[in-house]
Amino acid sequence: MIKAILIFNNHGKPRLSKFYQRYSEDTQQQIIRETFHLVSKRDENVCNFLEGGLLIGGSDNKLIYRHYATLYFVFCVDSSESELGILDLIQVFVETLDKCFENVCELDLIFHVDKVHNILAEMVMGGMVLETNMNEIVTQIDAQNKLEKSEVRLRDSIMSFNLKHDHNISMMCNLCCLSFNTILYTAACL
Amino acid sequence: MSDVVERTLSALPGLLGQHDPGAGPGGGPGRVSATSRLGGLIRSITALSSKHEEEKLIQQEQTNLKATVSAPTTTLRLMKECMVRLIYCEMLGYESSFGYIHAIKLAQQGNLLEKRVGYLAVSLFLHENHELLLLLVNTVVKDLQSTNLVEVCMALTVVSQIFPREMIPAVLPLIEDKLQHSKEIIRRKAVQALYKFYLIAPNQVQHIHDKFRKALCDRDVGVMAASLHIYLQMIKKNASGYKDLTESFVTILKQVVGGKLPIDFNYHSVPAPWLQIQLLRILGLLGKDDPRTSELMYDVLDESLRRAEINHNITYAILFECVQTIYTICPKSDLLEKAAKCIGKFVLSPKINLKYLGLKALTYVIQQDPNLALQHQMTIIECLDHPDPIIKRETLELLYRITNGQNVTVIVQKMLDYLRQSKEEYTIINLTGKIAELAEKYAPDNEWFIQTMNAVFSVGGDVMHPDIPNNFLRLLAEGFDDEKEDEQLRVYAVQSYLSLLEEEDAFYPQKFLQVMSWVLGEYSYLINDGDPEVIITRLHRLLKQTFVTSETKAWIMTAITKMSSRMSCSKTVDKLIQEFSTSLDTCMRQYAFELKHLCENKELMKKLLPLDASCDEIMVDASLSFLDGFVAEGLGSGAAPYKPHHQRQEEKLSQEKALNFEPYGLSFTSSMSSSGFTGRQSPAGLSLGSDMSGNSAEIGQKETNCLKLDGVRKLWGKEGYLPKKENKTGKEDKTQPVPPDSILMGHVVDPPLMQSEQQVVSLSEEEKEKQQLASTLFVGLGSNSTISLMGRADTITQKLKKKSKISETQNSEEASSFQNTATLPFSPLPDTAPNNNKENFQGNEHLRLRKVSLSSSEVLEASVSFDTSQSLTEAGLDEKLSNCRLSTSSLFADSNIEVFQPPQNVPDIVASKAPLSLCLPEELAGHPHSEIVALCSRDILTVYSCKVWTDDCSLLVLFVANNSTSPLKTVNLVFESTEHFKIFESLSCHFPVIEAQSIESCQKCVQLEKVCTEGILSGSISYHLETDTHLEFSLTFSLSDFIRPMKITTEDFGRLWLSFSNDVKQNLKMSPSQGSLSIALNALKQKLKLHIVEIIGNEGIAACRLLPSIPCLLHCRTHARTLALWFRSSCSALPDSLLYQCQKVMEES
Repeated sequence: MIKAILIFNNHGKPRLSKFYQRYSEDTQQQIIRETFHLVSKRDENVCNFLEGGLLIGGSDNKLIYRHYATLYFVFCVDSSESELGILDLIQVFVETLDKCFENVCELDLIFHVDKVHNILAEMVMGGMVLETNMNEIVTQIDAQNKLEKSEVRLRDSIMSFNLKHDHNISMMCNLCCLSFNTILYTAACL
Repeated sequence: MSDVVERTLSALPGLLGQHDPGAGPGGGPGRVSATSRLGGLIRSITALSSKHEEEKLIQQEQTNLKATVSAPTTTLRLMKECMVRLIYCEMLGYESSFGYIHAIKLAQQGNLLEKRVGYLAVSLFLHENHELLLLLVNTVVKDLQSTNLVEVCMALTVVSQIFPREMIPAVLPLIEDKLQHSKEIIRRKAVQALYKFYLIAPNQVQHIHDKFRKALCDRDVGVMAASLHIYLQMIKKNASGYKDLTESFVTILKQVVGGKLPIDFNYHSVPAPWLQIQLLRILGLLGKDDPRTSELMYDVLDESLRRAEINHNITYAILFECVQTIYTICPKSDLLEKAAKCIGKFVLSPKINLKYLGLKALTYVIQQDPNLALQHQMTIIECLDHPDPIIKRETLELLYRITNGQNVTVIVQKMLDYLRQSKEEYTIINLTGKIAELAEKYAPDNEWFIQTMNAVFSVGGDVMHPDIPNNFLRLLAEGFDDEKEDEQLRVYAVQSYLSLLEEEDAFYPQKFLQVMSWVLGEYSYLINDGDPEVIITRLHRLLKQTFVTSETKAWIMTAITKMSSRMSCSKTVDKLIQEFSTSLDTCMRQYAFELKHLCENKELMKKLLPLDASCDEIMVDASLSFLDGFVAEGLGSGAAPYKPHHQRQEEKLSQEKALNFEPYGLSFTSSMSSSGFTGRQSPAGLSLGSDMSGNSAEIGQKETNCLKLDGVRKLWGKEGYLPKKENKTGKEDKTQPVPPDSILMGHVVDPPLMQSEQQVVSLSEEEKEKQQLASTLFVGLGSNSTISLMGRADTITQKLKKKSKISETQNSEEASSFQNTATLPFSPLPDTAPNNNKENFQGNEHLRLRKVSLSSSEVLEASVSFDTSQSLTEAGLDEKLSNCRLSTSSLFADSNIEVFQPPQNVPDIVASKAPLSLCLPEELAGHPHSEIVALCSRDILTVYSCKVWTDDCSLLVLFVANNSTSPLKTVNLVFESTEHFKIFESLSCHFPVIEAQSIESCQKCVQLEKVCTEGILSGSISYHLETDTHLEFSLTFSLSDFIRPMKITTEDFGRLWLSFSNDVKQNLKMSPSQGSLSIALNALKQKLKLHIVEIIGNEGIAACRLLPSIPCLLHCRTHARTLALWFRSSCSALPDSLLYQCQKVMEES
């Protein structure tokens, strides 16, 4: 099981933290700090596996990390995960981010934390690897975005036409993929 | 990949101005403002220099946010932006609990985009036990029912992340439905959500195990892959239950390896590598210690090894798993050879990650194949000096595994070197433990041992595990076999500590100082040349040091006290007393006064502090019997007897009715016997038990009535703790030191010639050094060594073997307490069984029942007559089978995969009729019992089992039939101990001889220790006939085996109902055939042995107890084709499991 996924930059500033096991707020911060401390002092030409942050739980757990330019991607996993498998999973994750953000950089992670979390949720669910196929993930994310975007567009058009509670709005907005329920619901909200 | 992230943070302020938010998808007008506000926050944070300023800024930001989110005019869109900012604050470690409720609201009310952020915030902010999470349940339920895929996906994701355990029943049916959803992504997420439920509440999803099987056969590979997570977990827990699936997993892996999956699943042209890894792990678990199952997977493992040749990271991942699996399952020589070659590839690889894994694999394999370490010894030596500390540590781990008496000094030296360089706490704790263990096991001489432990103590300091100093001191105190040796070790320790303390300003960790002071206090008299005055002066000097903590000071003071008891008078001690009797530290002052008074009475002091008596047992009167007189006096003068807290509560409850002439319900007896006196072995409970065994059930009822007061009086009566005292004396007799059986290690064997030494002709200086190191490290390894690594734990020649005195005492203590408690489960119940029966299994371990001749027909009748559990499971299996067959046709129908045949899960138990006829002993035959079935059989011996459900216990009767024509000797039947079940009186059963063609039987009373719906009890039988033969068997017990009706009145029910806190509610659908409440309840009564207390209209109440007497109450109500079940019990796990049983019954009827 994956216990936690952390992304921080070269200065130890957290860019994303996702815990799949319960830790208290303070422990989480301590884990981030300790992990950064452990990872940052390692050279470039050493192995990508690290054992034994004390906090994240003793000998069964290990840290698997990759360093890309300004960012560290760290996965804390227990012994039921394959080390090399996770290492490539990080690669898939970064490549997916790159595809979704079109040439990803640290700023994307800062300003679109929610999007990054969504992408991550497609790959890892409740600590288990859900999907490892990049194209599949991108397709899922695109589909969701399209749906959401169309909803936003729908709302904008409602606002511009100032048409409230108009059920025919779906026709105007040319939305075929949106379910009728959602439209009703959105219209009622406004 | 490094070109992906080029822009660095240093460019941040400049970039912020023109950063185009359109880079991310969905750039509405809302996005700009969100970005700019968040941007403002981040910009100002980056501009700050100190943590303090950041705190101030965030606090201000939080105040702003708080105002915004709680303002009623805030739109959901604005709320969404606020949430993103809150997420950012939380990530930096600033708790923003004021926003949690708004996150939930957002998830409830927002449109898709807002809802998503709401859910995200909830899953980041809250944890499983957070009280606000209950508010989310409704939203989740609504979204699960939504027709919008995205909403369903979001709900499933949040469920698999955090969901309150007790609310699972609310969403479970909805998620089960999703397993049939047409979209594979939904099915897959539903499987993941169920996996989460399985992890947090396995009992609640037990009834859908068939559906997991369906998911495994899903036509979509993704869904199948998701279900593997569940199977991996379940197989980890109980591999034997899923052996029948081995063939399926092998077939799937074959298809994956053979490239039968759609091309989409390839990663760097390797077909579905993660799937392969998962499957290999599962196979490893299944094939462990099971030659038959292992047989099935040899081919596919071979193929996997062969196919994984492309030189990419991920193929190595697969190779590594293959190697691990091959070494886990039953070995096959040519596969092992290939795997060994693979390990070589890893170890010799220039890539450092692979080297790390290679070392890991070697460590794993080394115990089976020490020759492999010899092959790679030079690489291992190189890794010892590797610049990467992780590689070094892994190498040390490897060396730790191959340590023996001959190479211990070199290896421990290497470890200490590493330890001195390392600053990490984790490493220190880990390594010090290992060094201490090795030193204890293999120490070549006293000097080395003490020196090594000194190093451990001074480096390990105060972070090391407290067991290390404790074990060390125990070792010194208890000694080994040889008195002389012991003394030498102690003398050496004293000398070495004295020389360490000689240095004026040396700094030692507290633990080390404590060890030193203890040893000096105990054993300093052993050295003849040392003046105690000098030692005391040195200890005195320590007391004045500032770095010494008050705990250590207490140790030092005790040491000084011990030493001063052995000398007539000492100036230093007088000075010390004077100095500390005015100390501000109250503890020290107390010690000083104690010392002063003891010094005045040397006689008493000598008696109090005898020489070398640290191992002597000190008797502690835990029952405080010396207070008995005082208590009796108090009682005599009219004081109320003492009642424990829970008893007072119970009484309060029962006092609600002023006069109660009815007997109390069973539950009171139960709570008395189970919880009442567990703390102190109650004489009342004991005497009760013995009273009862002789008398009839009638008295049992009376006794229950006035039980509580009786118990109290006896507890504190004038006779005091008579039974207890008897126990104690018995214990003393038992604690005799057992002669230790350790063997002194032989002298060092000549190091075997190394192959490499012969091969390499000319060597450089450095290489020579390494060679030398290698020969010292790997001495005693390999084929010409005398030490077998396989069974290291038992074959090692331990030098320092501790006497097992401590565990000895514990054992006898356990035994005596067992005697006490053993009678408790059989405490009287109103409807108890005939007593002769009870005595039968209480008294003897096994009973020689009568021997039965070859054929007697009446017996067979009896064995067919009554069987519920057997037919139950068979019905379930049939259903499973049909499910599996159904799904085969649709399996992988979309992709071009051959359809594989799921295995037929025919039960292992062959319900064959006994060739020799069997019958239950007369006193048991009257009770309901299961069919007699064969458990396991070899040509000459068969074991049959039969469950007998008596009123107060579940008896397991085992028949051992000798089918051969010669008598069998020394037949031993042993049960494995499990966490779920407890077997009285012992786990084993011994038959000295079983005559030819005859049957012996034994009875065991089985009790459910830990509530579960079903559990497996396994054991083995061994016998001697020319060679020793060993047969294994296992049988399943379900919860219903341990459920008995509880006959109580409606009033009692009402009273009990209020007193229980654990409850579970569930609605079940009723089929039309089940009709009314009474039919449903009757079905439950028959299958589960419930007692129906009363039925009024569409409501009914029933009660049962889990043996020995944990009550569980059921209230049920029918309402428009649903049956609402409501369980309450004093045991938390019982309602869940019973509910599951009820569900099963309802489904079947």
